[in-house]
Amino acid sequence: MQEPFDFIELKIPAKPEYVGIVRLTISGIANRLGFSFEEIEDLKVAVSEAITNTVQHAYREVEDGEVTVGFGLYYDRLETMVSDRGGSFDLSNIKQKIGPYQPDESIESLKEGGFGLFLIEELMDKVEINNDYGVIVIMTKYLHKNGVEHNDDQISTTQ
Amino acid sequence: MNLSIDVSEKNDVHEVKLSGEIDVYTAPKLKETILPLTKQKGATVKIDLEKVQYMDSTGLGVFISGLKAAKEYESKLILVNLKDRVFRLFDITGLKEVFTIEDTIRGGK
Repeated sequence: MQEPFDFIELKIPAKPEYVGIVRLTISGIANRLGFSFEEIEDLKVAVSEAITNTVQHAYREVEDGEVTVGFGLYYDRLETMVSDRGGSFDLSNIKQKIGPYQPDESIESLKEGGFGLFLIEELMDKVEINNDYGVIVIMTKYLHKNGVEHNDDQISTTQ
Repeated sequence: MNLSIDVSEKNDVHEVKLSGEIDVYTAPKLKETILPLTKQKGATVKIDLEKVQYMDSTGLGVFISGLKAAKEYESKLILVNLKDRVFRLFDITGLKEVFTIEDTIRGGK
């Protein structure tokens, strides 16, 4: 395990209008690390999905919540942590709901908000969710896919 | 970081031209625009996404609710001019199977 060589932290009010600010930030950081245009777009979607989760959640409970986003800049990867110190959600319930649209599903059964976590999982190399105190989502994207084995392409839960 | 929404009507087709970013902040405004249109019985609603620079699952959610309304009110919801990045979301999620998508822009960024 290599040590991070830099860490950047950003704290935003848990409000929809600030999610775009985090996209600008991750765009700059990922560009700095040498990610491709496509990868940067993936990172923007993934981090937005994670923050959208907490923003929508925080909104319902406390008006003045905050979301902390941490970026761990490693030689070979970018680790993005999204932390919501507010309420926690029912993780097993959420995990059951994620997945792509299945052809035998009716349109009526589609959930309007059901694809966020699924997209994070698809767009990042590794996703970990810690549900102990609030919710912390840790998402990793590697810089060079070749030469390193990544078999952990799934959501793992540390409860 | 905003979304501009331009609605026009020509030959019974409502065209909604979008420009900017669709995210948790702008999605509610988009939903407020699209839903009443898709709830007009027999209407055709064409959403032009050519100038959408960014979209995530909140955008998918808006279009899913539009699609549900279209089914219920026998209207049509058509998505046009999707850039690669935007189309990719419909592809990954499998939603391209349920939406009517026309004219994707290859290589658009």
